[in-house]
Amino acid sequence: MDDSTNATGKNWWQRLTGGLRRTSASISGAIADLVTKRKLDEATIEELEEVLIRADLGIDTAGRVAAAIAEGRYNKTVTEDEVKDILATEVEKILAPVAAPLTIAPDAHPFVILVVGVNGSGKTTTIGKLAARLAREGRKVTLVAGDTFRAAATEQLKIWSQRTGASIVAGTQGADAAGLAYTGLEQAREQGADVLIVDTAGRLQNKAGLMSELDKIVRVMKKLDTTAPHAVLLVLDATVGQNAISQVTEFQKTAGVTGLVMTKLDGTARGGILVALAAKYRLPVHFIGVGEGVDDLAPFAARDFARAIAGLN
Amino acid sequence: MFDNLSEKLSGILDRLTGRGALSAADVDAASREVRRALLEADVALEVVRGFVEKLRERAVGVEIIKSVKPGQMVVKIVHDELVAMLGANAEPIDLNAPAPVPIMMVGLQGSGKTTTTAKIAKRLTEQMRRKVLMASLDTRRPAAMEQLAVLGQQVGVDTLPIVAGQSPVQIARRAIEAGRFGGYDAVLLDTAGRITLDEAMMAEAADVERAANPHEVLLVADALTGQDAVNLARAFNERVGLTGIVLTRVDGDGRGGAALSMRAVTGKPIKLIGTGEKMDALEDFHPARIADRILGMGDIVSLVERAAATIDAEKTARTAERMRKGAFDLNDLREQLGQMQRMGGIGGLMGMLPGIAKMKNQLATANVNENMLKHQVAIIDSMTPKERRNPDILKASRKKRIAAGSGTKVEEINKLLKMHRTMADMMKAIGSGKRGPLAGLANMMGLGGGGMPSPEEMAKLAEKMPGGLPGGGAPGLPPAMPGLPPQLPGGLPGLGGKLPGGLPGLGGFPGFGKKK
Ligand SMILES: Nc1nc2c(ncn2[C@@H]2O[C@H](COP(=O)(O)OP(=O)(O)OP(=O)(O)O)[C@@H](O)[C@H]2O)c(=O)[nH]1
Ligand SMILES: [Mg+2]
Repeated sequence: MDDSTNATGKNWWQRLTGGLRRTSASISGAIADLVTKRKLDEATIEELEEVLIRADLGIDTAGRVAAAIAEGRYNKTVTEDEVKDILATEVEKILAPVAAPLTIAPDAHPFVILVVGVNGSGKTTTIGKLAARLAREGRKVTLVAGDTFRAAATEQLKIWSQRTGASIVAGTQGADAAGLAYTGLEQAREQGADVLIVDTAGRLQNKAGLMSELDKIVRVMKKLDTTAPHAVLLVLDATVGQNAISQVTEFQKTAGVTGLVMTKLDGTARGGILVALAAKYRLPVHFIGVGEGVDDLAPFAARDFARAIAGLN
Repeated sequence: MFDNLSEKLSGILDRLTGRGALSAADVDAASREVRRALLEADVALEVVRGFVEKLRERAVGVEIIKSVKPGQMVVKIVHDELVAMLGANAEPIDLNAPAPVPIMMVGLQGSGKTTTTAKIAKRLTEQMRRKVLMASLDTRRPAAMEQLAVLGQQVGVDTLPIVAGQSPVQIARRAIEAGRFGGYDAVLLDTAGRITLDEAMMAEAADVERAANPHEVLLVADALTGQDAVNLARAFNERVGLTGIVLTRVDGDGRGGAALSMRAVTGKPIKLIGTGEKMDALEDFHPARIADRILGMGDIVSLVERAAATIDAEKTARTAERMRKGAFDLNDLREQLGQMQRMGGIGGLMGMLPGIAKMKNQLATANVNENMLKHQVAIIDSMTPKERRNPDILKASRKKRIAAGSGTKVEEINKLLKMHRTMADMMKAIGSGKRGPLAGLANMMGLGGGGMPSPEEMAKLAEKMPGGLPGGGAPGLPPAMPGLPPQLPGGLPGLGGKLPGGLPGLGGFPGFGKKK
């Protein structure tokens, strides 16, 4: 995919830093407060660790990053910029292996993307943005309104299909989602679509019944194409705390998650849990959501993300 | 929701409760673990910090109630602080205002406002028999207004007709107006989700608030929220003035720290919790119950409370004085037994302690039961005052008389006397020890009025005593008690394990003691 620009011509990097700017401003402010003209001693490192905890890295990951920062620099006097640099480098080290674009394999017809996540995480909106992006690349996109549970979920996706010119396969509320996914895949084939994106109802990962419905969607599509779904995206909300770990575990178990998208990074939430997730799962992170608009989807870039978090640009 | 936090905390505190004395290092270690548990549960760092500071202050300090082990005291402190953080009482939605009562819902995108609005409407309609109107002010998210309309049909609550092109403030005015003319009791305003950094959106929320003048402004927030909970709660509170919080997705396996964070930084109560996708999955929030659940140690908490209430400090001090002089007579023993009975007897004490079920069975097979306590009291009550002061004069004939009077057997009387003698001897040793290794023991038993021994004293004591402190580290244990069932485990409550070492003025249970 061509990730360098989007429809408005704004550089994605500007978007990403725009979305993260205030977030990083507060982090870098905190860093500045604590290390200006200070020795990198135990107390300072502890405070640095707390800055990371506040960004939702989680206590273990924060501890590890803080320890890495301390290593070899213990008791040295460091400037604010140096600390930012070090912080960015350490975070980037963890994130670099997981930054990967979403590759649409050319041999799948269509390439099926299943989108899953807990309620309200941003699945439908991400699908809208992704459809727009793929359409811009000249691909023919079909959407499946697989959320047959939530009130007006189908209407919501229909509006996105109109916005993006993607065709849509929808059923009635209460219809069987797996059946709809099957029909969607059939129709997409007939119409020669390049990509099929399947929306699903939000579900909490600890609800066994709902999770097995997800499993059914996967199984049913395999009847038509044993390699489908080709990508399973788990959409995470940046405000989520340590629960994201359990989300990844469970959705991966049931739906075989292949990659992550993190939304709402335009807010105050830091989304630092991504760092913990990267360390633990090594699942690729494809995109970040930085707003509600059709263009507010940026590819995930480790270096930039890390530098933006550290308050560098 | 809080299960995980609950598990962690009780694990940490379990390790503490059996301890006789807490050193500063113990408290430090426990504080660190509590901090970690709270952070892993997504409680915001600043809130954790405040919590741990208070915990440390209070735990190291002097607020130790006699007869309660310091570790148990810490459990109580953690509980109290949790309650303080969550608020003590349930606070339901308030409809005490002229109709139609406007209620405004605010929150981040995807937090569950629309679903919650419909759930509240259903509840007000069905449970409180109010006529409710709902209106969606979300002009942004595709099909948001349709979503509320569909939900309205589902729950049988009217929704304001959708008029395209109106601003949120206009819709709010129209809703209140319609509420007034339509004779509605309450008007629920569902607003668009917004990030708190979006100045235009926050200003819009403030405008709606001014136009509608809502009686309740409820922040709808996801229980799975991490550290951002404090930022969002603060921002909404500052801009629109919250009256309460509704926590959604409480049925998830999140650790619920957001609840603690948001309540702590806004001081606003959590009024309701969403516990499922169904329209009736909405519950009142009972902070005290939640605090108990988080801790899972409500039993110890009430034990401490009852101990504090029951113990008569003066009497205890007097007994301590007599003990020191080696004048521990049967009147004193009677006093101790009476205090134990007032605390609910052996069963009452045990029932209050977690993990006791197994213990109870062992006690039953060992024939340790309520009756023993009752019998011992009856025996002493059947004595003359002179006999009580002078147990030595109790010869066979007197014993027979007492046995008949108290409905017991002579053997039981012998057992009781032997127990008393052992205790009196030990106490004399303590009392005469002055500065000796046992000087602090009476104090430790909660009898000396001197509070807890310092860690150094404890350490010294432990060194000097063969096999460590009696009672597996719990002070206040007569090392040898007659009538002790040998098959009882060393962790017998009240002895090495979980009962307060300084049971009212008494090292352990009369009638049984630590396994030798
Ligand atoms: N600010 C911001 N809002 C977002 C972003 N992505 C999604 N949203 C908003 O989050 C809310 C929920 O998004 P949806 O796409 O409906 O989420 P969903 O996961 O499909 O929700 P359900 O289907 O109800 O489970 C909507 O109000 C979106 O506009 C983002 O990157 N930034
Ligand atoms: Mg959706």
